[in-house]
Amino acid sequence: MKLLLIAESREGKLLGSSSELTCFAKQMNADSVMLLVGNDNDLPAYNGTLYLADPAQAGEFNPAVHKQLVLEVVAKEQPDMIVLSHSSYGWDLAPRLAVALNAAQISEVVEVKQDGLLVPVCNAKLRRQVKPDTEICVVTLQAGAFTPSEELTGTPVVVKLTADGEGNILFQGYEAAEETGVDLSKAEVVVSAGRGIGKPENLEMIAALAKALKGEFGASRPVVDAEWAEHSRQVGTTGQTVSPKLYVACGISGAIQHLAGMKKSEFIVAINTDKDAPIGEVADVLAVVDLKQLVPILTEKLSA
Amino acid sequence: MKILVCIKQVPDMESKFKANAAGDWFDSSDLAWRMNEYDEYSVEQAIQLKGQVGDADLTVLCIGGEQVKETMKKALAMGCDRGVHILDEQSYQRDPFAIASLIASFARDKDFDVIFTGLQSQDRGSAQVGVMVAELLGLPALTTLVEFAYDNGTINGKRELEGGTRGKVSCKTPALVTCQLGLNTPRYPTLPNIMKAKKKELISIPASDLGASDSRSQSLKLAPPEKKGSGLILEGEPAEIADQLIRILKEKTTVLA
Repeated sequence: MKLLLIAESREGKLLGSSSELTCFAKQMNADSVMLLVGNDNDLPAYNGTLYLADPAQAGEFNPAVHKQLVLEVVAKEQPDMIVLSHSSYGWDLAPRLAVALNAAQISEVVEVKQDGLLVPVCNAKLRRQVKPDTEICVVTLQAGAFTPSEELTGTPVVVKLTADGEGNILFQGYEAAEETGVDLSKAEVVVSAGRGIGKPENLEMIAALAKALKGEFGASRPVVDAEWAEHSRQVGTTGQTVSPKLYVACGISGAIQHLAGMKKSEFIVAINTDKDAPIGEVADVLAVVDLKQLVPILTEKLSA
Repeated sequence: MKILVCIKQVPDMESKFKANAAGDWFDSSDLAWRMNEYDEYSVEQAIQLKGQVGDADLTVLCIGGEQVKETMKKALAMGCDRGVHILDEQSYQRDPFAIASLIASFARDKDFDVIFTGLQSQDRGSAQVGVMVAELLGLPALTTLVEFAYDNGTINGKRELEGGTRGKVSCKTPALVTCQLGLNTPRYPTLPNIMKAKKKELISIPASDLGASDSRSQSLKLAPPEKKGSGLILEGEPAEIADQLIRILKEKTTVLA
């Protein structure tokens, strides 16, 4: 078994997810080579062949050109599997590779099983074991599912690739996230509101509980998308990542993207009417109760 | 301008799910169904684009059994002009590539200028179908958009990246875009529009007429995640739970010190 791992860089810097690709290769007990469009002064800790293309030439985001680079390495190395992160870069590039290679694609792998790979279904409420029917397949890995237990070491053997072609998309650079009004990552306590708060007025009781606990309030993505809270309050993959001493999740079912932003909190309390909500998997305490009843009482008792 | 928006009917994610008898997908009985949330943003953006260019024809496409027509009617009531239902009672058995091949097969000779899809479906969540359709049709695909603007044959978009950063991208039409949550504010259909939608064209094409490609992967098993959490579960009266919680926080954390 041989894997081609596709690492990523952003704004000239290697992304840490490359170590997750290496960790996955190890779990698969497979040989691997790696490909990166990135700078030669910021290389992954990796013992193996690294095909390296210059972003000045290939573009840091240019899916059509990156696809050609991958296909070139596939022709040389004949891998059985191409592995990317399930990220904005990975889920964009992977289907392009799958179509070009007539390959099965398996998205957001969370675990390797004897016979196939496990992926989440329905907001991680179920897991599906999938097996590719093609000789070569493309997989993307869920962020954080394959984290090495210790820091990786190693120096790659670099083989430079030359990119050509223009692609059919023009990338015009990055726009930084809005200046955040609140830095949730510095708060010792974060109390977050999810869709389960029901209506925007109920955000007040979440903020009151946060205040009683001398912390800040946060929100899950649906609450921010509905414009009940500003984006700087969003916890999760596309918002802030927090690891406070206490995290209280109110009416948050626990989508993967949210869990990724808070599961390293020291102590997690979830308040949810659904005993089976995925948030229960990371919670130290799960209060199965209507938050609209519990939160005001809790705030009152804490303030007493 | 010809616009296509591809939608999917999915179960309400707040439902309780269990595997079906064959063990290859979830049991579809006793579920409430709705439009895939990502697709609501696609439909809204497609309607806004039609409003902007004026002279446009907007088709909504959906694959599935008879029941998906309900969801298509919502898209028509929101403002799509016509519906194309690809009738396929077993569509859940097709992998994303097979689904994409059906859509591409339908769209190939129709000369759509812009095709909208959601970034992903809420149930399968593969984030594959939109990009695959674009690749099969040889179109540029802008994915994960949280901003969309059209100007005289050019789409300017912003992709949502990790950490809230955005990537600015553009391409010429014809093109496909995949829509991320938060792209716009999807409208609610009004009662008069719901009534009008009943008269809109909604044709059904059997999937077999379109010649889908075979799936390239198979589901072996579906099961709830193994319970890793050994968290304490509190149930009962809110006031009692509150007391228990405060006691636990005093014991296990320093935040009440």
